[in-house]
Amino acid sequence: MPGPIQSIERAAAVLRLLARGSGHHGLTEIADSLGLARGTAHGILRTLQRVEFVEQDHTTGRYRLGAALLHLGTSYLDANELRSRSINWADTLAARSGQEVRIGMHHDGAVLVVHHVFRPDDSVQTLGIGAMLPLHATALGKVLLAYDPDLSAAARRRELTSLTRRTITRTQMLERVLTEVRGQGWAGEAEEYMPGEASIAAPIRIPGGLVIGAIGISGAADRLCDSAGRPRATLVRQVVQAAESVTTSLVDEN
Amino acid sequence: MAIDQGTTSTRCIVFDQNARLVAVAQREHRQYHPRPGWVEQDAVEIWRNVDRIVPQALRQAGITAEQVVAMGITNQRETFVLWDRHTGVPIGRAIVWEDIRTEDLVAELGKKQGIEEVRDRCGLPLATYFSAPSLRWMLDNVAGLRAKAERGDVLFGTMDTWLIWNLTGGVSGGLHVTDVTNASRTMLMNLSTRQWDPMLLEFFGVPSSMLPEIRPSTEISGVTTRVVPGISITAALGDQHAALFGQTCFEKGSIKGTYGTGGFLLMNTGTELVRSKHGLLTTIGYQIGGEPAYALEGSIAVAGSLVQWFRDNLGLIHSAPEIETLARTVKDNGGCYIVPAFSGLFAPHWLSQARGLVVGLTSYINKGHLARAVLEATGWQTREVVDAMNADLGVPTPVLKVDGGMTADHLLMQFLADVLDIPVMRPLVAETVSLGAAYAAGLAAGYWPDLEGLRRNWHLAARWNPAMDARHREDEYANWKRAVELTFAWARSTPSS
Repeated sequence: MPGPIQSIERAAAVLRLLARGSGHHGLTEIADSLGLARGTAHGILRTLQRVEFVEQDHTTGRYRLGAALLHLGTSYLDANELRSRSINWADTLAARSGQEVRIGMHHDGAVLVVHHVFRPDDSVQTLGIGAMLPLHATALGKVLLAYDPDLSAAARRRELTSLTRRTITRTQMLERVLTEVRGQGWAGEAEEYMPGEASIAAPIRIPGGLVIGAIGISGAADRLCDSAGRPRATLVRQVVQAAESVTTSLVDEN
Repeated sequence: MAIDQGTTSTRCIVFDQNARLVAVAQREHRQYHPRPGWVEQDAVEIWRNVDRIVPQALRQAGITAEQVVAMGITNQRETFVLWDRHTGVPIGRAIVWEDIRTEDLVAELGKKQGIEEVRDRCGLPLATYFSAPSLRWMLDNVAGLRAKAERGDVLFGTMDTWLIWNLTGGVSGGLHVTDVTNASRTMLMNLSTRQWDPMLLEFFGVPSSMLPEIRPSTEISGVTTRVVPGISITAALGDQHAALFGQTCFEKGSIKGTYGTGGFLLMNTGTELVRSKHGLLTTIGYQIGGEPAYALEGSIAVAGSLVQWFRDNLGLIHSAPEIETLARTVKDNGGCYIVPAFSGLFAPHWLSQARGLVVGLTSYINKGHLARAVLEATGWQTREVVDAMNADLGVPTPVLKVDGGMTADHLLMQFLADVLDIPVMRPLVAETVSLGAAYAAGLAAGYWPDLEGLRRNWHLAARWNPAMDARHREDEYANWKRAVELTFAWARSTPSS
């Protein structure tokens, strides 16, 4: 067993300090109270601010507990905010891949589509924002399952609905696929949701690595997959790159 | 390649033949507020930023100057700078369109004889943000400036002119030119002749020797000798005009709406110069070759800035996009309307004394209803402008093409489609301003064959179809109009200080 990590203990002490009394303290007060060097305290506060556990008052410069602490259990990032922050990257992915793009978050045992970009071929398409997709049969859903232990446990307990003759309906099989997704960092699916259609998706993360959503493309299976039925490497690369760009933009703006 | 010289930053963007973004470099510049209401920028700082971002964009794209087909310049409109023709040194800072130092001067000029004629010739109402009043202010207030200007030692330029003059050599033979769209925002250009108008110059007391040559948007014909030498500068357009072009609004009656801090709607009226009877501005959309495309413009002063106000001043949301989440906690506005006339109402009302209000409050109203009312305000203001445009042109527009940051708000975009009762379409390339400048430049250089070639590059990223019951729409619109009328009444009843 490794020993306790000092910086985490110190961060916990900072939070406890801010949680009692006035709840507003300056950097020097915090450093002095905990017997920390100012530089150390500043580093801890900056990190806590970055993960939104601590907020700094713009005018006084004092620190207080962040609103994120009050709803730790609920979703971290607002769905509309995720759309707003990722819109340029989703457009770029659609332009590069020539496929339609969706961004999904988990909601109520399904994938909630929070953003949708049309396939750039000017065919008639319907905006799918707000639609719900099955977790086990789509690439977006597999990404969300792969990185959320509770979600995948719940999926194991439920019956996996068969949507096409290729839909994964056996839990052991799904487990194997999810392990593969975690190993390679992306998910693919061919004709498991709809005959003739395929999809590829990759995880969107927040600082620290937590997966909060997925971005992916979908389209004709013969466009997305090679002759062996495997997702095309260039498209996979584009999807993973887009996911990384969104992830970076979430880090930058926090 | 496009250089987008905006109000807060300057960007250089490289596009490929399919209009896909290849590289972006950006630098912000400082805003100076030397006195209340004054807004200035340092033209030298902006020029230095261009000097940095152009090589940066080339590096990012992995290309050399020879591989750049052409450069197009687009810019914040109305902002201008004066400089010494012999040294290239600016005389004071650039005066920005937001600057309201000329409020008194504008009131005074408004009483002058010939004011109706002014509006007729330039298509614009007398207001602080067009260049001419501020230029007049400079000539009146900077010691010795008028005499120097009359001797021909001083040059005037909107930001396109300043950059082109510097890029093409500055004091060693720099081109002193502007395009019709930028010139159309000065109040000094005659819309019919598309040249500086002697009557307007006389009215504002501006010596013609300081003004640049006005050219069609795609006939700038310069070559860079500085920054990165050897790039052809072929086009220039004001930013909103570039967005109209980037959205490929080439047909008469097509409209684009850019939704950011404010909202900017432009309608292409084709070769017809339409003088608005419904409170819109007449301007030039763009000019490719001999024939200009005229445009009607309606600006909404407060759009995204109302969401920012809701976030910063009321503290009901943490980030702007959360307004949609909050708005979705209720199914309608609960009878509540917000008219954000923070600094008066712009198009089509033009009432500077109007002040904002929230109406329809009951104990039932919660923050969700207020959030809806915030978003709906942008929808209804758009409806008023589009109604005015349709009335002026006599034909209803079939679709609204949108761009800008607020297009990420799904609820707002659906609401726009609902209240306008036409589809709202968002293109795949969000950078329509830069793209428009690149399009104009590439068209001039023969990189794209014609407007049809450009139109093929426009791809639909999202489309919102109207889904609101007609009766409900008209009832809601009537409520909005009543709310707007109340702001007039408030303006009338406010004692003048």
